[in-house]
Amino acid sequence: MDRIPILKMGPYLLVTIQVDLYDRLALNLENDLISMVSKTEAKGVLIDISAVSIVDSFMGRILGNIASMSRIMDAETVVVGMQPAVAITLVELGLTLQGVHTALNVEKGMELLQDLIGLYGGSNEDEEGEPDDRND
Amino acid sequence: MNITANLLQKQKKRILEIWMQNQLADSALRDDLMTNDELLKQSEELIDALARAVKSGNIDNIFAAEFDQITEILSDVSITRARQGFSPRETGMYVLSLKRAISTVMEDEYKDQPEVLYKEITTINNLLDQLSIITFETFIKSREEVILRQTDEISEISTPVIRVWEGILALPIIGTLDSARTQVVMENLLQEIVNTGSNIAILDISGVPAVDSLVAQHLIKTVSATRLMGAECIISGIRAEIAQTIVHLGIDLSNIKTKASLASALQLAFSMSSVEVRKINKNTGAGLIR
Amino acid sequence: MIVMTKDTMQIVREQDVVPFRNRVREFAAKIGMSLVNQTKLITAASELVRNMLKYASGGKVILEIISKSAQTGVRLTFVDEGPGISDIKQAMQDGFSTGRSLGLGLPGAKRLVNEFDIQSTPGTGTTVTIIHWKHGR
Repeated sequence: MDRIPILKMGPYLLVTIQVDLYDRLALNLENDLISMVSKTEAKGVLIDISAVSIVDSFMGRILGNIASMSRIMDAETVVVGMQPAVAITLVELGLTLQGVHTALNVEKGMELLQDLIGLYGGSNEDEEGEPDDRND
Repeated sequence: MNITANLLQKQKKRILEIWMQNQLADSALRDDLMTNDELLKQSEELIDALARAVKSGNIDNIFAAEFDQITEILSDVSITRARQGFSPRETGMYVLSLKRAISTVMEDEYKDQPEVLYKEITTINNLLDQLSIITFETFIKSREEVILRQTDEISEISTPVIRVWEGILALPIIGTLDSARTQVVMENLLQEIVNTGSNIAILDISGVPAVDSLVAQHLIKTVSATRLMGAECIISGIRAEIAQTIVHLGIDLSNIKTKASLASALQLAFSMSSVEVRKINKNTGAGLIR
Repeated sequence: MIVMTKDTMQIVREQDVVPFRNRVREFAAKIGMSLVNQTKLITAASELVRNMLKYASGGKVILEIISKSAQTGVRLTFVDEGPGISDIKQAMQDGFSTGRSLGLGLPGAKRLVNEFDIQSTPGTGTTVTIIHWKHGR
């Protein structure tokens, strides 16, 4: 059975969805990701959906579930790279993914994750609080 | 049918004369849009073509090759008239007054042969009726094309996305927001967010005449879509009366960032992206510190 | 209304969904539908096909390219022989679901396309027809 690979990078888990998801595959991803979060005690999950052309209510629910479940386990989820057409369709569908953080691309997503973990995680790692740091 | 064909050729002058009289007699004719000479030339061409087509013997199927020239002339007439702003009545009268002209000439010609007259008039009537339907069809079609083109143009020009700063886009909305407009606004804005990698979009609604619950819903949709992409959206240009209607209608904008003016929205955007704008001493160069 | 291209697909397993979605995309791309409208149509189709699999364990979809008064569009007809829907009005409400889902499928699909029609007889089956025009209006 097909599975979507999950990469571990430091305290983060990275998932890049490259194929069109059918329901079973999405459910597998949810299970795999949550067990990985618990196994690795990851602090952040980054899901890149820039190659996904269709997100329907089921897929949207899975993304929401992953975010809620991760949060209970003290990990933040950021969904990055949503296509404009997908965003418009989701809004029309009535699904705004409340509670899921979003970012434009992987780079910005990682910055956001660092921010979020710095804010909520309480672990005082030496990261900057803001993506754009001033130099006076 | 050759009777008619012969008649058309023989009496061309008279038919044309009566036809022109009919057309000119129509008080609604717009001689400001077209000169009488032009009209005469066009009409003569059509009669010639009609005579040729009828001579071929085919009088039922106007889609046959013999009628190509006629349908072409008629489409041409309708299209030009639609573009020049003629009314449907004026355009329709063009063919219908030809029918009257031919009938008049035929009546004179076959006064003593009522049977022939009846048969010939019926056939020519059928033929010209079909032709006038073509005129209407083309007229309406070209009007529709004009409307479609204008609609597209309007939505294109009315939704510019401006890059005001690195990472900050502004989109002034002018005119009413309906669902088709919202669609274009959303598409342009989201695509531009991707292209420029911007984090913040400012939607300025100073030019929106009124905000009702439907317009508000469209705004909320745009904000939600922007957020799904990972960018933040600020709505600016909310006038006092718009604020009043929003509250009276019970529309909840509490989780959307709103500002009264574009300037204050830009200020908020600057502070969100940690940019500072401040005055400097005269002799110290640029005033922006990032 | 003129039907220009027609195709029928049987949907019986979950794996049929991805090829079906690709076929819908092909149809939409053929008439030059914009990406956003394509996405809306396919998402709506995806919702309806899931309903069909979930509540009626499959059925068939008729895909057509149609033309009406100078407009072209894609028409999809979802036909199943499942238990049917007893209260269509209720099923069309946001957030209503007899399964454990978000309840956005039917109402969401309706919002995504230009024309939506649902006919259902309890015990016989359900037919849902959607049309999306090239320009999305």
